Amino acid sequence: MLWYIGRRLLQLIPVFFGATLLIYLMVFALPGDPIAALFGDHPPAPDVIEQIRHEYHLDQPIIVQYLLWIGGIFKGDFGTTFSGQTVTSVMAQAFPITARLAVLALLFEGVIGIAVGLWAGLRKGKIVDSVALVVSLLLISVPTFVLGFVLQYLLGVKWHVARTTVAPDAPWGQLIVPAIVLASVSLANIIRLTRASVFESSGADFVRTAKAKGLKRGRVIRVHVLRNSLIPVVTYLGTDLGNLMVGAIVTEGIFNIHGVGGTVYQAVIKGEGPTVVSFVAVMVIIFMLANLLVDLLYAVLDPRIRYAK
Amino acid sequence: MPSSRHIERYVAPLEETPVAAVDAVDVSSKASSIWGDAWKDMRGRWLTWVCLVLIALIVVVSIVPQLFTHGDPSGAACQLPQSLNPPTAGHIFGFDKLGCDVYTRIIYGARSSVTVGLLATILTTIIGGIIGAIAGYYGGWLDAVVSRLGDIFFAIPSVLGAIVVSQVLPWKQNAFSLAIILAVFGWPQVARIMRGAVLTSKNADYVTASIALGVSRGKILLKHVVPNSLAPVIVITTVSLGTFIVAEATLSFLGVGLPSSAVSWGADISAAQQVIRVAPNLLFYPAAALAITVLSFLLLGDIVRDALDPKARARR
Repeated sequence: MLWYIGRRLLQLIPVFFGATLLIYLMVFALPGDPIAALFGDHPPAPDVIEQIRHEYHLDQPIIVQYLLWIGGIFKGDFGTTFSGQTVTSVMAQAFPITARLAVLALLFEGVIGIAVGLWAGLRKGKIVDSVALVVSLLLISVPTFVLGFVLQYLLGVKWHVARTTVAPDAPWGQLIVPAIVLASVSLANIIRLTRASVFESSGADFVRTAKAKGLKRGRVIRVHVLRNSLIPVVTYLGTDLGNLMVGAIVTEGIFNIHGVGGTVYQAVIKGEGPTVVSFVAVMVIIFMLANLLVDLLYAVLDPRIRYAK
Repeated sequence: MPSSRHIERYVAPLEETPVAAVDAVDVSSKASSIWGDAWKDMRGRWLTWVCLVLIALIVVVSIVPQLFTHGDPSGAACQLPQSLNPPTAGHIFGFDKLGCDVYTRIIYGARSSVTVGLLATILTTIIGGIIGAIAGYYGGWLDAVVSRLGDIFFAIPSVLGAIVVSQVLPWKQNAFSLAIILAVFGWPQVARIMRGAVLTSKNADYVTASIALGVSRGKILLKHVVPNSLAPVIVITTVSLGTFIVAEATLSFLGVGLPSSAVSWGADISAAQQVIRVAPNLLFYPAAALAITVLSFLLLGDIVRDALDPKARARR
């Protein structure tokens, strides 16, 4: 097991460097002068420009700039934004908010998705199943931003049960509605996945054996049906962390939350390269570690899978 | 000893073979294939036909929008005095903020969604399919390099990548460039699925038989391995078409997709949310059009998957 984890971590290294280099080249190697973007309509004196260029290593070749930047990351220095803040301090503000949002969304889609999927899968063809199927298809086909606006309008403007926008410190309570919006598509996918795999394993031989042994229905469902159906669902939840971070761009925009998604989007629009690449680098790391965690969870859920060698 | 043994080939006399046994195997009939069986299964479900009719309609609308409306989606046809006017005869959905006919914009908006969705899907399927097939079939260092390369692109979420690229692009986006950008970040998913399918089917008996017969590796890959690995790729293709359409709308909504001069459902939704308090119905029409389009491709993907899976067929 340890051997397997070590090998997987080693494999992550080239992927990390490749993905960060790719995003770095995309942001910095393309036309557009960051100094001009920094000063707008009033360009400073040439020697000031020179000094800034030197300060940000803009006079070096792009690959040297990348190496300097990645070296800084390992020392915990992500560079500074154009407004002079360190990127690290911007991250310290943004990541906790999005983490709260993502935790709420994962909880919401995990708990409700698995519960509804289980219920529908055990009663396939009944009315519960049909309703769950129709609702999940609707949730998938209506884009997140439409659902966001509709909920914001109905709950916030018409019925006054929730705030239309979230306060800057983003307390848990105000994040519930945005989390529901963020989780909606994934929730529908989890309902469908769980439903299909519960239905499949409930017809399996080991379930018949468990019933024949005289086990209680609750235990058959919990230990035999559910555990065997959860593998694809766990895979989905793991890879979904990446989707949630991107989905946060839209959701945080609608509800005016100053999290990762909102910060990245603003930074891209303003052409703030250092912020963009640093945030994306951290997101890539989170995404890769989540995928690794999913692979390790397989072994917990399915005793047949062993990463011995 | 062996020389003393007399070996004689047994030939069944013709009159002893019951004719019915020969007839039972109808050699001249068409061999049943996985695709034929799947189509036979799909054909019998009414939902297939609903999806196919809807998709056909959406495609026709996007090719010749003029058939469905006489108006113009933008320009002189939009009269500011008509801004947010309720529906009247000939303008069944009313007018948007700029006084354009909403129905006409919905009809013309189909084109950008369908073009981006179709192009991005075709590109990802071709790029991902070829790369995945080669990686899975030849294995070794080629597989290792290609798989890591796929991981790199897979680690950057495609909408995020598309936002960054479209922001630094020196020219205005159009449907083609948007589709290419989405495909650049979307191919690893198809490649992974194709690689997995090729890994399973390259060890099948018919491949061993072809090797024994002396068929070249490239020909085995094209004639035997790829056709038998296509089923899961087809399924992901139909589903991702819907996903790409949503992605286009999301990017247009964020203002980094198609330029604002282009008529697109995403841009219309974005414009409608600014006036949601006075005219919530404006949000409904483009959202419904988008949802119906995505839904028909998604449902078709479900049906194809069920039809291609013999286990799922038997369960129903």
